[in-house]
Amino acid sequence: MDAANYLYLSALLFTIGAVGVVVRRNAIVVFMCVELMLNAANLAFVTFSRINGDLNGQVVAFFTMVVAACEVVVGLAIIVTIYRSRRSASVDDASLLKR
Amino acid sequence: MTTSNSLVYLIALPLLGATILLLAGRRADKWGHILGTLMPASSFAVGLYQLSLMLGRSAEERPVGQKLFEWISVGSFKVDAGLLLDQLSICFVLLITGVGTLIHIYSISYMSHDKDRRRFFAYLNLFIAAMLLLVLGDSYLNLYVGWEGVGLASYLLIGFWNQKPAYATASKKAFVMNRVGDMGLSFAIMIAFATVGTVSFAGIKEQVDQTSTGALTAIGIMLLVAAAGKSAQFPLQAWLGDAMAGPTPVSALIHAATMVTAGVYLITRSNFIFDAAPTAQLLVVIVGAITLLFGALIGTAKDDIKKALAASTMSQIGYMTLAAGLGPVGYAFAIMHLLTHGFFKAGMFLGAGSVMHGMNDQVNMRKYGALRKFMPITFVTFGLGYLAILGVPPFAGFYSKDMIIETAFNAGGIKGILLGSATLLGAGITAFYMSRVMILTFTGTKRWDEDAHPHESPWLMWLPMAILAIGSVSSGFLLSRGDALVNWLHPLFDHHEEHKHHLLQPIVVSGLALTMVAIGVAIAFFKYSRQEVAAIAPENVSVLTKIARQDLMQDRFNEAVFMRPGQQLTQVLVKTDEAVIDGTVRAVGQLAMSSSSLLRGVQSGFVRSYAALIFVGAALLIAGIWVVVQ
Repeated sequence: MDAANYLYLSALLFTIGAVGVVVRRNAIVVFMCVELMLNAANLAFVTFSRINGDLNGQVVAFFTMVVAACEVVVGLAIIVTIYRSRRSASVDDASLLKR
Repeated sequence: MTTSNSLVYLIALPLLGATILLLAGRRADKWGHILGTLMPASSFAVGLYQLSLMLGRSAEERPVGQKLFEWISVGSFKVDAGLLLDQLSICFVLLITGVGTLIHIYSISYMSHDKDRRRFFAYLNLFIAAMLLLVLGDSYLNLYVGWEGVGLASYLLIGFWNQKPAYATASKKAFVMNRVGDMGLSFAIMIAFATVGTVSFAGIKEQVDQTSTGALTAIGIMLLVAAAGKSAQFPLQAWLGDAMAGPTPVSALIHAATMVTAGVYLITRSNFIFDAAPTAQLLVVIVGAITLLFGALIGTAKDDIKKALAASTMSQIGYMTLAAGLGPVGYAFAIMHLLTHGFFKAGMFLGAGSVMHGMNDQVNMRKYGALRKFMPITFVTFGLGYLAILGVPPFAGFYSKDMIIETAFNAGGIKGILLGSATLLGAGITAFYMSRVMILTFTGTKRWDEDAHPHESPWLMWLPMAILAIGSVSSGFLLSRGDALVNWLHPLFDHHEEHKHHLLQPIVVSGLALTMVAIGVAIAFFKYSRQEVAAIAPENVSVLTKIARQDLMQDRFNEAVFMRPGQQLTQVLVKTDEAVIDGTVRAVGQLAMSSSSLLRGVQSGFVRSYAALIFVGAALLIAGIWVVVQ
């Protein structure tokens, strides 16, 4: 199978994730979209690794997973804390930093 | 060069005295004046010891040096804090410490009623130390430290009674005008460093031949500016008259005998520069000639006894500057007049102080008169100083001043005739105004204030006056006998182009000078002794007298030419500062504020809009890279 197809899939997943981040209000969904974007990037890395015939891309993919795991921990903690204090998980409600 | 470890004591002793007296505070009030007097006296003893050592050596080995410590060492530029005692400095050391000690003794009594006498002695000791550093420094930079030190001491002492605003102003005026001169000295040092590469006397002297005349002329002119500031020479002379605000011993020591002669020392010390820079040397002569007439003219119109003497000091230093500008033939005579002047002028100032002491600090000579009978010792000592400054043989001034007049005439050509005439005229005017001081103060009728009870001063005051009077009588004869001083200083100066062409024989010069003096005395006698002297200065006088009373408009000139334009310049600068500098700063702030208020809308606080912006930005970035790569 042509390796380019994986890249198209990766671009598609990334775009879905990006659109989700921009249009959805629920913090959990936004969060999951971010994860989707990360994994789209992972797919691209692994594909490039395959195309070039070396392992660098796969190694980076592992790093991304580790970062994603950390991000999940921190991000979920923040979302839960916000939900506890504001009884809402909408990202538009958390806009106190403006002005 | 011979080295010695004892030179530093000359400076250290009075400096120690000043430190102790200033730090000990009121506790030292009881004995402060005694310590303060002992310190310069012991410096004088060290000076005499050094002189005796010096006399025992041959002329070439007489200069003594002492390296104190390495002061500045930057790359190839090295300056040691070093002292140099040679035939020239020893003259000054003995004058400063000798006359200084006498004036300290005088001050014990003169300042006995002042509650701040200890502080006065501390400042006097500080002055002695700084002045000794000035004459002992072996480089221009070391000299500069002493130069600033005496300026500080002068400022502190002129303003010693600074509770009177006028006195405080006078001290500030002296300080500021001195600063102008000091700038000249610092420029001279900088030029010397930039062109010659060293600032020590010996180093510059060695390299004079390889240095361009232009650079030497620049250094010479800057040194002349420095000398003019410190020695109250034209055009920086205006501060000396006001400096008389200080206590009279200060006027005698600093503003007559020692500090104001520092300019003459500087020029004489820099003889190798001036000899190689004829333009600068000519300027020195011109400054000297102008000042000697300028001071003398002011002296004729002053009713304040101290200001008359101050004008006379200015004029006499003009003589010295003129002599120093005449080159190798004149240096020794400049120093000789400086030494004799140190005696007779200090003596006369102390005499004036004694008169003031007896007359409730009255300084207006029109309120004196007939004091001869009441203050016989003051009269005699002052009178001897008077005969000395007139140049009556065999008193001191006869030897020193006639030599200057003679050398001026023999300078050759039209220059010689002009200079000689100026010095002769100056001698005549000197005779007039000094006779006026004498007549108004000691003879004629009593014009005293009602509460005046003149009396002779205590022995602590008249003893120094008497010793200085002895100096006024004998110093000229002793210094010129067998050309003693000229031969003593001879090894220091470059004599290779000595050419003597006598325009006038010494006897003719003396005759002319004495004639001028006689005319001056006669005019003063007919004007002030034969006629009644008004106790209040008459108003209907000639324009010239009015101008002379106002110091020949020197203050008005300075105000019109320097002060007001300076004030206007600062006003313009303040406005420029507010409009341009502050304006620029404020405009930058305004720009940041207004542009930020535009951009502030972007900060909506909505995470999703931020995310969208990030995506747009990333897309733009990628598009940009795409375009560049393609």
